[in-house]
Amino acid sequence: MFAALIILPLVGAAVTWLIPFDRLRPKVLSLFALAHLGITIQMLSFTPPESPGGWFHLDALGKIVLLSTSVLFLFCAVYSIGYLYYRRERSNRVMCVGLLVCLAAASMVTITHHLGLMWVALETTTISMTPLIYFNRNARSIEATWKYLLICSVGVALALIGLYFLAYATIVAQVEPSLLLDDLIRDAGKLSSGWVHAAFVFLLVGFGTKMGLAPLHTWKPDAYGESPGLVGAMLAGGLVNLAFLSLLRVYQLCLATKEIAFFQNALVTMGLISMLFAAIFMARQADFKRMLAYSSVEHVGIMAVALGLGGKAVFGALFHVLANGLTKGVLFLSSGNIHRSYNSKNTDHVRGALRRLPWSGGLFLAGFFAITGSPPFAPFISEFTIVSSAFIQGRVVVGALFLISLGIIFIGMALTVLPMVMGEAPTDSETTSYKDTFWTVAPPFCLLLLVFLLGIWIPAPLMTILRDGAALLEVHP
Amino acid sequence: MITLADQLLVLVLLINFVALGTSRLIFSIRAVAIQGVILGILPGLIHPFSWHLVGIISMILVTKGLVIPMLLNRAVRTAEIKREVEPYLGYVPTLLLGAVFTALSFGFAGKLPMLPEHQNYMFVPASMATLMTGFLILTTRRKAISQVLGYLVLENGIFIFGLLLAEAMPIMVEAGALLDLLVGTFVMGIVINHISREFSSLDTSRLTSLKEE
Repeated sequence: MFAALIILPLVGAAVTWLIPFDRLRPKVLSLFALAHLGITIQMLSFTPPESPGGWFHLDALGKIVLLSTSVLFLFCAVYSIGYLYYRRERSNRVMCVGLLVCLAAASMVTITHHLGLMWVALETTTISMTPLIYFNRNARSIEATWKYLLICSVGVALALIGLYFLAYATIVAQVEPSLLLDDLIRDAGKLSSGWVHAAFVFLLVGFGTKMGLAPLHTWKPDAYGESPGLVGAMLAGGLVNLAFLSLLRVYQLCLATKEIAFFQNALVTMGLISMLFAAIFMARQADFKRMLAYSSVEHVGIMAVALGLGGKAVFGALFHVLANGLTKGVLFLSSGNIHRSYNSKNTDHVRGALRRLPWSGGLFLAGFFAITGSPPFAPFISEFTIVSSAFIQGRVVVGALFLISLGIIFIGMALTVLPMVMGEAPTDSETTSYKDTFWTVAPPFCLLLLVFLLGIWIPAPLMTILRDGAALLEVHP
Repeated sequence: MITLADQLLVLVLLINFVALGTSRLIFSIRAVAIQGVILGILPGLIHPFSWHLVGIISMILVTKGLVIPMLLNRAVRTAEIKREVEPYLGYVPTLLLGAVFTALSFGFAGKLPMLPEHQNYMFVPASMATLMTGFLILTTRRKAISQVLGYLVLENGIFIFGLLLAEAMPIMVEAGALLDLLVGTFVMGIVINHISREFSSLDTSRLTSLKEE
């Protein structure tokens, strides 16, 4: 089962590489995405036993991230049928192959318990996304690609030295040298605190860079802003969660050592800084895709704060993985449509989207309400859980700063989004051939439906997985 | 053998300063290649002979000593650039910072417990100093090629630390690191080519259209 999850997308990558027709490739991509989701659901309902040696083990945390990635990927793949039809001027071979390779590496991150292998897979996701950011082949996209590649590579390299420190700590402690999570957790009490402390700092900075926590987020606005909507959706809804999962693994390890208080404080601080940063840069943002990037910075901040708070908030963080991932899908896919239609992503030109594109404009508006935490959408549940947990724990300052940032962000985002979708389209705006079709509207619509459903009702099996995941991250004093 | 390994590590530290202080790109590429080759020899000095070891060493020598410098040299030739002009921070300040970071690395390493058999080596300080040097080059230089060189120096720093683990860890981690290095440089090489085509220069400070106003 484990092998199937990885080999299937790789086979898909090979097949799409060999297909000579641009029209056919996105359809094949969607078929493989559907098959991947099938295997994922199969594995979620009948959890396969741990592989011999313990390298592969699908636990509740992995399940949550695997599910959100697989669902988001399917809708992005279906969307690509419609989207790439409008981008017929260039070959989509690299796009389809890159997406599938990334899916394979992403699945690997979620199922492995070997930190070294997880690191390799995470780095593979970074590299496989690089050519996709450069899809538009212009000066701005090359700049974004360069920043993304360089900053993320440095981040992941710093995470590697963190892993090396951990490994060396096991050698110094004379326990069995290993990078298996379960071994490390078992032996955590014996590890030298100096090495472990240094390791956690490097791992936090490394994975934090990949996740885009401020002040290590500088690549994000460029990469999200310049890449096509569907790549942005995979970056903001998929790759971010993978980096978060890596941080969760480090967190699990911290729980077994005396370092947990330090790690939690660092997470809360970085999370709040991210939210405040996002609040500042979101205001008066003229480029709506960059605005979404800052929204992503905000939401990784929310997850980091929640993880740092511990207790009930951890459940909120895990649910936010799903809620944020799917909502980001809605926003990026519909913003891609708006971008296509106006041939601009500047809010000076993009006005009255609701008239010009009733579906995409409406979805973008609904996505905006969902992501800012308005009921009845899923992010409301997770954000409410986190805030209430902060106040219950007596962390009033954290809770207050959290709420203030959410408020500023809501206003800042509304100032950009509302003029975009409301009002009249400017008369001098460029006319393009883009029209809302089934293939470009249905995927974000289905995602929004999921976000809505999760907001009013969490199915029992999903609830079990979320509870199990939160139990894995419980602090035992 | 210990003394020889330590002397080589001193050489690595010196090359750090060469990379920090020179403006000629061809020269920097050569310096970083030599650093890579020295690091390739090191495992042979501290580990007993085995064919597995020979394989790893030859792989390192070929990638770090030949493939990567060739890729970078080609990029320099196609873009027709010779020097790193006007770095964000001058050469003297970066050299001084490099010296400070090297001193700090020795302080940092002194605080951490080591295995008795590693006690006398200076792997940890050399590794941290090289890592910081890479970071300095990355952040203070404008040219894309200099930034790639910085990344390579940073990776070299990580590699030095990896030597301490070579016996205890499965090869998979090493192989993964090397693979990523190669793929990373390869992808970066391709991106560099696109930058030079798009801007007809490899000056990343021209990549400014995406700044916040």
